[in-house]
Amino acid sequence: MSFEPRIVGFLCNWCSYTGADLAGTARIKYAHNIRSIRVMCSGRIEPTYIMKALYEGADGVLIAGCHPGDCHYQEGNYKALRRYMLLKRILSEYGIEPERLRLEWVAASEGERFARIVDDFTEQLRKLGPLAIKESIAEAMKDDIDPHEAHNVESGEADEA
Amino acid sequence: MEEKEASQVLVHLEVDGKSVSLAEGSTILDAAKLLGVQIPTLCYTPLVEPYAACRLCSVEVEYPRGGGKVVTACNYQVWDGIKVRTDTDKIRRIRGMIVEMLLARCPDIQVLKDLAEEYGIEKVRLEKQEEGCILCGLCVRVCAELVGAHAISFAGRGLDRRVATPYDKSSDACIACGACALVCPTKIIHVEDQEGREIIHEELSLGPSKAITLPFMQAVPNIPYIDTEHCIHFQTGECGYCAKICDRDAIDYELQEETIEVDVGNIIMATGFELFDPSVMGQYGYGRLKNVVTSLEFEHLNCAAGPTGGRILMTDGGEPSSVGIIHCVGSRDENYYKYCSRVCCMYALKYAHLIKEKTDADVYSFYIDMRCFGKGYEEFYHRLLEEGVQFIRGRAAEITDYAIDSDEEGKLIVLCEDTLIGALRRIPLDMVVLCSAMKSNEDAKELSRIFSCSLGSDGFFIEKHPKLAPVSTTSDGVFIAGGCQGPKDIPDTVAQGAAAAAEVLSLIDRKEVEVEAAIAVVDEDRCSGCKLCNTLCPYLAVKYDEEKGVSVVNEALCKGCGTCAAGCPSNAISARHFENRQIFAEIEGLL
Repeated sequence: MSFEPRIVGFLCNWCSYTGADLAGTARIKYAHNIRSIRVMCSGRIEPTYIMKALYEGADGVLIAGCHPGDCHYQEGNYKALRRYMLLKRILSEYGIEPERLRLEWVAASEGERFARIVDDFTEQLRKLGPLAIKESIAEAMKDDIDPHEAHNVESGEADEA
Repeated sequence: MEEKEASQVLVHLEVDGKSVSLAEGSTILDAAKLLGVQIPTLCYTPLVEPYAACRLCSVEVEYPRGGGKVVTACNYQVWDGIKVRTDTDKIRRIRGMIVEMLLARCPDIQVLKDLAEEYGIEKVRLEKQEEGCILCGLCVRVCAELVGAHAISFAGRGLDRRVATPYDKSSDACIACGACALVCPTKIIHVEDQEGREIIHEELSLGPSKAITLPFMQAVPNIPYIDTEHCIHFQTGECGYCAKICDRDAIDYELQEETIEVDVGNIIMATGFELFDPSVMGQYGYGRLKNVVTSLEFEHLNCAAGPTGGRILMTDGGEPSSVGIIHCVGSRDENYYKYCSRVCCMYALKYAHLIKEKTDADVYSFYIDMRCFGKGYEEFYHRLLEEGVQFIRGRAAEITDYAIDSDEEGKLIVLCEDTLIGALRRIPLDMVVLCSAMKSNEDAKELSRIFSCSLGSDGFFIEKHPKLAPVSTTSDGVFIAGGCQGPKDIPDTVAQGAAAAAEVLSLIDRKEVEVEAAIAVVDEDRCSGCKLCNTLCPYLAVKYDEEKGVSVVNEALCKGCGTCAAGCPSNAISARHFENRQIFAEIEGLL
């Protein structure tokens, strides 16, 4: 059986999530490898979410937001873009290929585009192979994900640790 | 104008036995108009001073103390007690002679031929000439008095008298307003486009329209507007006729456009649609071939208040003997708009019915599929089938005027494949109506940015939910209705408009606004007061509280995007319903 990458998709509520929804209602077929998480705005996505997803075993992360200028919250997608650029540089320091993170603009009407991006990204990850993080790095990564997280989720994260 | 001068001295007279009173200084023609008595004129227009050149308005005047004479009604001023007779044998004889002489000079002019018939002139006894101009001077007077251009004048004397430009050369004085062509009773003046000339007059495909006119028949408010590009007053500062004749002094050339700012809580966007311009589809020859019109132009032609008074006429004024209607021009077309414009099939059927009703023309309808989806629509289609409209299933490939046999000479030939009989056909027609696509407005993209509501790939606004929120948008308080949401017919548009109004009323009636539940909150114990979040918020909802030394979220302003939460370096801000632990749990659950 060929390798099936696992992708976590962070989709903004107004454009990309609606676009993904449209792909579904339009019965467009696309790779099943993506698992979507809805956020209100791509600007809500913290870099730690991506680290967390990769740490938890995702092979790739897709961030999708409104096209530049179309953000429902005016400029959240620009902030997502800035954080994405920085994070790409940091990822390689963890020994993670920067290509495993992808930022795309998907409008509410672009169900077809969403499907195409997912297909393309899945194919790309399949070629890259599964994500392997060195154990020593994984330890460090866990600390880096969120030093305050323990405080934030006292009971919730107890069993995970 | 008569009413305006009513306060002045009134004079009493009789026209054809009917008595009338009107202001001193009026003419017999004014009196006749008031009474509805017809007096034929050629050289008269209320726009300029009467000139009595054609003499066709000759009438008999009887003086109160006996005696009388034949005068011209257009410039004879009325006085107390006179009796005017407009339809005596003598007058008919005089007018007949005038018409005969004019017809001898200009044998090919339709208006004179019609007059000759009216006055029983069967044979012209005088030597015929080949003129078109009756030398009434109307064009000269309008050019000088109304337009103020003085670009044409009489030249020559006696037999050589004619209307000409200075030295018979193209003159810079002419502003090409087309007023002379418009007033010419014999219609022999044509405006010719010559390079390097500022041109006001513009030949529209359905004949000239006026520079001051109502936008359309049922316009609200029902007030005329001035087309400043074609108004002589705006172009040269002359004319101003509309202001002169307006009783209410309602015309103000100085009025400027103004932008009014209004504070509102809800907005309904009903910005409509645009019609696709089929001239980009070279194969249909729109704009190049005569008598190829768009659906909207045909509607204008067909309108009772339109340029032809609702008669379906070709550009040469004749009635067509065959009309083609081409469906899906630009719509359902991979090259232009992929979607179906929805309304064309039905209005094409309406046109076919009206053409059948108003003319004897054969009607050919070129369709891909007949989409008669509404109540009673299918029945209407069947009625049209019975009325003998030729329905040809197949997209028309081309319209050409290149004839290959005598039947096609001077006609528009539609080339198409008739898929039901499986043959290529050439159908010669007099007129072709293009049912062009409904497309979104050019500025829809800009509007979608201003109101932050999404546009679909077809350029129309997307509703919040196709079934559950069909007139709402992703922006609270912004609603959409009509053609801006997608192509639709009038019943659907009205229904959407009413729905949007009801949505707005329900919000207004509630008297309070529900704020977003998923907003950001600051953990004041953790906030270091770095103010980074203050600069991140696009709504300025996060403010620094000097007293507490922390940032605070204004719950009414916050829309819950969470950008501040993502940016907070000390993790003091969390976005409700999208808290870190919730998203982390989601990630864990997914993987």
